[in-house]
Amino acid sequence: MTTKKTFPHPIGENVPRVDAHEKVTGAALFADDIQFGPGLLFARIKRSPHPHALIKRIDVSKARSFPGVKAVVTGEDFPGFTGLYLQDRHIFCRERARYVGDPVAGVAAVTEDIAERALELIEVEYEPLPGVFDPEFGASPAAPLLHPDLGKYKVMNFIFPAPGTNISNHFKIRKGDAAGAWKDCAAIVERAYHIPHIQHVPIEPHVAIAKVDTHGKVTLWGSSQSPFAQRSLIATAMGISPADVQVIAPYVGGGFGCKAGLSMEALAVAIATQVRGRPVKLRLTREEEFYTAFVRQGLVSHFKMGCDKAGNLLAMENRFYWDGGAYTEYGVNITRASGYSSTGPYDVPNVSTDSFCVYTNHPVGGPMRGFGMPEMHAGLEQCISELAEKIGMDGMEFRKLNCVRTGDTIVTGMIMHPTGLSECLAKAAEAIGWGRKDPPSAPNKRRGKGIALMWKAPAMPPNAGSSAKVDLNEDGTVTVSVGGQELGQGSFTIAAQMAAGALGVPYKDVRVNGPLDTNTSPYEWQTVASRLTWSMGNAVVAAARDARKQIIDMVAEAWNENPDNLDIVDGSVISYKSEESIPLKNIVIYGIPKPNDQGWMGGPVVGRGNFMPGYVTGLDPETGQGPRAVVHYTTGAQAVEVEVDMDTGRVDVIRGVAAFDVGKAINPDMVRAQMEGGFVQGMSTALFEGLQLKEGVLQNSSFVDYRIATSSDAPQDIQTIIVEEAQDDGPWGARGIGEHALVPTVPAIANAIYDAIGLRPGAPPFTPEKIYLLMQEAGLVE
Amino acid sequence: MTIHRITLSINGSSEQVDVSSNLTLLQMLREKLALTGTKNGCMAGECGACTVMLNGEPVNSCMVLAVECDGAEVLTVEGLAKDSVLDPIQESIIDQGGVQCGFCTPGILISARALLDRKPNPSEDDIREALVGNLCRCTGYLRIIEAVQEASERQLQTASGD
Repeated sequence: MTTKKTFPHPIGENVPRVDAHEKVTGAALFADDIQFGPGLLFARIKRSPHPHALIKRIDVSKARSFPGVKAVVTGEDFPGFTGLYLQDRHIFCRERARYVGDPVAGVAAVTEDIAERALELIEVEYEPLPGVFDPEFGASPAAPLLHPDLGKYKVMNFIFPAPGTNISNHFKIRKGDAAGAWKDCAAIVERAYHIPHIQHVPIEPHVAIAKVDTHGKVTLWGSSQSPFAQRSLIATAMGISPADVQVIAPYVGGGFGCKAGLSMEALAVAIATQVRGRPVKLRLTREEEFYTAFVRQGLVSHFKMGCDKAGNLLAMENRFYWDGGAYTEYGVNITRASGYSSTGPYDVPNVSTDSFCVYTNHPVGGPMRGFGMPEMHAGLEQCISELAEKIGMDGMEFRKLNCVRTGDTIVTGMIMHPTGLSECLAKAAEAIGWGRKDPPSAPNKRRGKGIALMWKAPAMPPNAGSSAKVDLNEDGTVTVSVGGQELGQGSFTIAAQMAAGALGVPYKDVRVNGPLDTNTSPYEWQTVASRLTWSMGNAVVAAARDARKQIIDMVAEAWNENPDNLDIVDGSVISYKSEESIPLKNIVIYGIPKPNDQGWMGGPVVGRGNFMPGYVTGLDPETGQGPRAVVHYTTGAQAVEVEVDMDTGRVDVIRGVAAFDVGKAINPDMVRAQMEGGFVQGMSTALFEGLQLKEGVLQNSSFVDYRIATSSDAPQDIQTIIVEEAQDDGPWGARGIGEHALVPTVPAIANAIYDAIGLRPGAPPFTPEKIYLLMQEAGLVE
Repeated sequence: MTIHRITLSINGSSEQVDVSSNLTLLQMLREKLALTGTKNGCMAGECGACTVMLNGEPVNSCMVLAVECDGAEVLTVEGLAKDSVLDPIQESIIDQGGVQCGFCTPGILISARALLDRKPNPSEDDIREALVGNLCRCTGYLRIIEAVQEASERQLQTASGD
């Protein structure tokens, strides 16, 4: 059994997860598990039933006098603006509600039931207004204006809103001359896709417990991917120091982006200001999780792409209309990220892209696994296959010819770093048996194969930083502290592996300091963007090397040796010269005696380390060109084999292949687990998922009506292939893999459906109804 | 609201609890007894995170009233390990890498335990069917299915070795 091994050299080893034991015994603590005793109050939120309405009057007097109610708050109590990139919202609506679910008032009471009953006593008078439910329409002059004050909002310098419209960001790429290139194209494909909103649906709903003491110090316990960002946003909103905000964030029961930044936590903190000294717990019901938590925003994407006779891609012209929802939050940056990656992983000399974030009366768009890439690739990778066919090339060969390679000048003008994309493509094609057609399992079924590529860069500010600390203990064990969250992806395990590897101690001797606590954990920007293995990893390595240097310098002096001759191996300092050795035990706390009983030297060893990329440059606002837009791209390929049931339209994914270039797999088994889990999540979005918003009202806000993949849907087999083209500034060459694993799944399945039935399914979800109607329309079935 | 005093066995230990008529088994475990290993994912019987064994059968504890459990035997994730020795299904799910965020894990372990009790040598289809009510958003299920298969083998080996 693996758990008994010690792993003296843990990098690249399948060590067991540090959090597994507590998670299988029920001991692992999640935010809702924390006990607060009888002083705990419960909050519930009154929400707008209208997608767009003026608030004419709110009367909370009856709710306020209801027995057991301790506080009732409305937008009147909190006039300030908040927002991550563009400050366009209040914590509670003032004057205007912009989506169904927009918080209008909040109640704190001694029980959740009483708080819920008090909500019914709050009277709100609305004047409904016409809404915007399509981003392309929303961007047009005909659309009602949702944020008349857009020009007055505070905004970060790389976001470009268009006041007087519903456009909260417009990102442009102008590379080469796309308009002039069409005449040289032998084949052109032009398509549009309406990608639906989907929901993250972590199994753990959002929960936050906030306490504000009489001096104004704030404590927040929550299920959070971003404790430090929350600390900063709360401090700014309340006009206090981040040092007076403490965010405690235990394990996250699935995040996928929806627990990044500050969302419902702000409501809990706001209510807590009115009941000082008492913790206030707010947890979203599953229904609220569906219609009020960050959604993966919808996208209307238009692609035009062309190639020459030999199949070389010559030009792309892309227009993306992102359905950012009522407030922008992350949407404006997703718009930007999809713009600067808008060619997909292809070498295209002439590119014109306009990526718009548009206000609508839909739920607020947030970051979801892939940060715009799955939505964008869904259409792009179908177009690529269609263009290949049009010019008479096999889809795999076309990709092989055009995919981005080391040294290419990519869409933003940045030079592509070493990438193993071609190898991913070749290996995925080989593993799926590309070009070989297997017979279907039944006469009423048709079988097909599909392939798709992807790329994705961490989308973050250029200077997002990480830090780490390494403490040595009396027995030579090591406690590593990080501020990056463990949300299932294995970040704590990676931190322990890297600390062990860089310090020279066995993996079994490393512990990870948790839960995260902004008062005691080292700073980490956010657990998003698949950046921890790389960024936090670099900080951990730096901290471990710092500790190692302290230990080696101390022993070298005591032994009167050159530090270069010393090493730490398997938990002991050894000298390659004198062949002496001393275990870390004791010396890392109590120091080491000087020669001839002349006293002591050393002391408790604490290593510190940090990392921040310093090389990302700005982009020209008119052309989107600049020397280095991003830190790096993780690239990869997926191939699938599907069967389509001609009687029902049902699509079964029989098997999948995933090949990604992760630079270096620190823990290959956990890398494979990300690839498998991402594949099934991607498959779920391809076959089942879509928020049905009718005039802004969500029609499917339960697991019965919004289906996600179950154990019976998972394919029989998912083959995972690790490609390792080292990242120059990654720890041992590593870069991230978490989000990437679902980016190409939708188009790979779409392309396989085409291979099976000869019809392109377009936008997901590829439900039996959709596929059957498609086949019916084409005369394939009656 | 009427308060009922009920007596039941939880993880082999006898407990007396005062519960209101509308309190669910899930709320009783988490809020009255601080047995927080059982998770609340939807309160609607749809996600399976709150699965516990009630008299040997897996149930969504959010769909069972506590008052119905007078005299019952309840097994939660906290009761799977005996004398600090993990249940084979706990060992296997660690070894197969079937744990990620861990929020669905307690419910999955209980459903799997119930299956193995009922059917010590389940087929892959049996396993997929037994877990169909336990949603997992992280793992993609394959490693969990393999973990149940491995636990079954371990159990059968142990049984034949006795």
